[in-house]
Amino acid sequence: MMSGTVVDSGSPTAAVPDELSGQILDEDEDFEVFCKDSTFTDGGSLNASMQTSPGSMVNQYKFEEEEEQPDTKDIFVTVDNPESHVTAIETFITYRVLTKTTRSEFDSSEYEVRRRYQDFFWLKSKLEEAHPTLIVHPLPEKFVMKGMVERFNNDFIETRKRALHKFLNRIAEHPILSCSEDFKIFLTAQAWELASHKKQGPGLLSRMGDTVRAVAASVRGVRNRPEEFNDIQDYVESFSQKMTSLDKITQRIIREKKEYLEELRECGPTYTLWSGSEEELVEPLKQMAGCLDRCCRETEEQVQQLGNNLLPILHEYVLCTETLKAVLRRRDNIQAEFEAKNEALATKRTDTEAMKEEIDKLEDKLEFANNTLKGDWGRWKKSMRADLRAAFINTAEKNVEHYEKCLAVWESFLLSQRTEANEGDDGDRDDS
Amino acid sequence: MMADTGSEEIAVIGNTDLTPSELENNIKNTMVEKGATLLKRMEINVAEAEKRTGKNAVSMQETYTVYLIETRAVDPSSEGANPAPPDSLWRRYSEFELLRNYLLVTYSFVVVPPLPEKRAEFVWHKLSADNMDPDFVERRRVGLENFLLRVASHPVLSNDKIFYSFLTQEQGWKEVVFETGFQAKSDSRLKALNATFRVKNPDKRFAEMKHYGDELQSVISQLLRVRARVADRLYGVYKVHGNYGRVFSEWSAIEREMGDGLQSAGHHMDAYAASVDDILEEEEHYADQLKEYLFYTEALRAVCRKHELCQFELEMAAQDLTSKKQQREELATGTVRTFSLKGMTSKLFGQETPEQREAKIKTLESQIEEGEEMVKDKNAESEEFVKNAWVDIERFREQKDRDLKEALISYAIMQISMCKKGIQVWSNAKECFSKM
Repeated sequence: MMSGTVVDSGSPTAAVPDELSGQILDEDEDFEVFCKDSTFTDGGSLNASMQTSPGSMVNQYKFEEEEEQPDTKDIFVTVDNPESHVTAIETFITYRVLTKTTRSEFDSSEYEVRRRYQDFFWLKSKLEEAHPTLIVHPLPEKFVMKGMVERFNNDFIETRKRALHKFLNRIAEHPILSCSEDFKIFLTAQAWELASHKKQGPGLLSRMGDTVRAVAASVRGVRNRPEEFNDIQDYVESFSQKMTSLDKITQRIIREKKEYLEELRECGPTYTLWSGSEEELVEPLKQMAGCLDRCCRETEEQVQQLGNNLLPILHEYVLCTETLKAVLRRRDNIQAEFEAKNEALATKRTDTEAMKEEIDKLEDKLEFANNTLKGDWGRWKKSMRADLRAAFINTAEKNVEHYEKCLAVWESFLLSQRTEANEGDDGDRDDS
Repeated sequence: MMADTGSEEIAVIGNTDLTPSELENNIKNTMVEKGATLLKRMEINVAEAEKRTGKNAVSMQETYTVYLIETRAVDPSSEGANPAPPDSLWRRYSEFELLRNYLLVTYSFVVVPPLPEKRAEFVWHKLSADNMDPDFVERRRVGLENFLLRVASHPVLSNDKIFYSFLTQEQGWKEVVFETGFQAKSDSRLKALNATFRVKNPDKRFAEMKHYGDELQSVISQLLRVRARVADRLYGVYKVHGNYGRVFSEWSAIEREMGDGLQSAGHHMDAYAASVDDILEEEEHYADQLKEYLFYTEALRAVCRKHELCQFELEMAAQDLTSKKQQREELATGTVRTFSLKGMTSKLFGQETPEQREAKIKTLESQIEEGEEMVKDKNAESEEFVKNAWVDIERFREQKDRDLKEALISYAIMQISMCKKGIQVWSNAKECFSKM
């Protein structure tokens, strides 16, 4: 990863890769050039296989496994420790961001800073600005529209924290984005340093100019979008629908399970109540109650798992599709700008030299945008596949676990009834 | 489903629709009975149900269901050889009710087995509450068979001639029942209620039993209600997973490498969603077992009420006797110890003549004689009732403990089966997800 490739050139190509292009493998040099930190043009300055990262950090949280890639991570970021801050104007939450790295452009190997959501948002904007056709992992939503969730509810904060953690780690894993100066400053700067850095950068007017150009371009539209980007567009459209559906279905399952749990909770106490009227049946009834109570606890845990594991990931990928659409749009705009200038050239008589130069630049820009997008698209597809596969496998595993635990509960009930029966004079009871 | 048999002979339950676990339950739920029960000599099953239309009592068209009762003599010597074809006749629910009412009145000391419910109660949304619904009819068929088997294996009830002809005599059975005049013997609700309030010294055991019956009824009702709601919710949970199936399938169409894994995972999600139907049908069986005992509590209470009535009548007779004896004494000695209207009127309007007094005393003497007979009879009746009823209540109690324990065990077995299915489906799904 440190050599700057976006695509893992070592990946088996049994199936047609989703990148839809065979040329990417030759593009290594281009990527190196555009990495903001120049020390990375020479891939040899850092041994790609150097594993000096503190082992403890590896165990602290789950990594997304990309099987084909060797574990060459040299920057580890954790987000934890949410704290509430109250000022005269507002109340907000900050998170601790801990960085451990061996990269040489970092002065130290460990950093600890506190950041709030706004800061993450700023980082995302800067990254998208600098790399319009790279796919930046989504941030958790600014507001939760569901209505019931308080901003400072514990579950909400926990979920947000995890999403922010993932956001930063995805950037840290990205060969290009992780080299970003803004990223470095985000991870290392003290609060006042960050604030002052934020004020720099293109001024308001320049940013407005960008926006105007972007709007103009999108109004113009693209003439000849390359087929591969049409395919990507179609895919993103469908994928978006599927993710949204899965998100909704999962939410519904959680809801239904909670309602089921509420009703189930009444069973145990009813059996206990019954046991109060009986003599011979006291033990079996009490045991029934015990079993049902245990099953309730297992179900509770299962519901929680679903909410903590599968649902956030599905939600992330719903947000991803918005990012993807934006990236495609930006690429389109670049193409539109190029096409427009090209057309304008045809009608111009004078000053064509300067214009031609401009057009060349735009063409380069377009080619670069297309290539980075294609490369990152392949990368994104891979990690999407890994993420969703892991999430569904995890869900299936948890469900199996749940049933196994309930099975054990009922089997122990049967066993205890049989033991009692054998102490009586009944013969064999078969298990059916 | 009950089969009470003695020693080694096991009455063959002809209904092959029983699941293996039900069959096992039947054979295991045996009890050594005193005296031969009908079930030892005869196979009984309610084989089918059919819709009929006909004119009812007010000459209006109605649709009703009839049930085919098959009987066959059990002949141990012919085992192995082809059994003779069974005799059969059709009966409708109302005839079963008539039979039961007859038994209730005639054997008031017996906890008479209940009929399956007339109308579906404690339903959860998928179950129809419609009496014509095939599932309801099927469950009722099973319940009616259970009723017949219970009666046929009861040491007292199984010997009843009316019961026997219910099983064997298609025509004219109703007339035979009415001829017994049992309806005249039945106690009115009001009479029974009156006794319950005013009885002074009922046997404590019966009072406790009645109280137990109330508690059992209350708790089983609650359990059935909760269970129905749980079933409803569980159905929802499973069915929503079917949506996963649909979306996985659609999603697999746009994926290349992930497609196969998704597609097959989707099938497992569909299977999971479908599996809840069987699960809940089995649970219905458990609910039916509970319902039987819910309805049994009414029969139990009926026996206790009958005791109260007997006791009350005894107390009334004794009280009447005492008061008559007192009157005699007053007449004999001339003293008025108790206030009575007669006493007052005689004071007001003058004493009676010695002849009148003699006549009165004579009447009283014969009344007292009758009264003493009455008290003796009532006492004997009451004692007899208490003895017989208590025997049956003990029998019922043991049966109940056995049956309900079995029911709990079969519920656990069901849960285990459900968990195993779940493990299988999700393990398969996990396999498929790994291929994504």
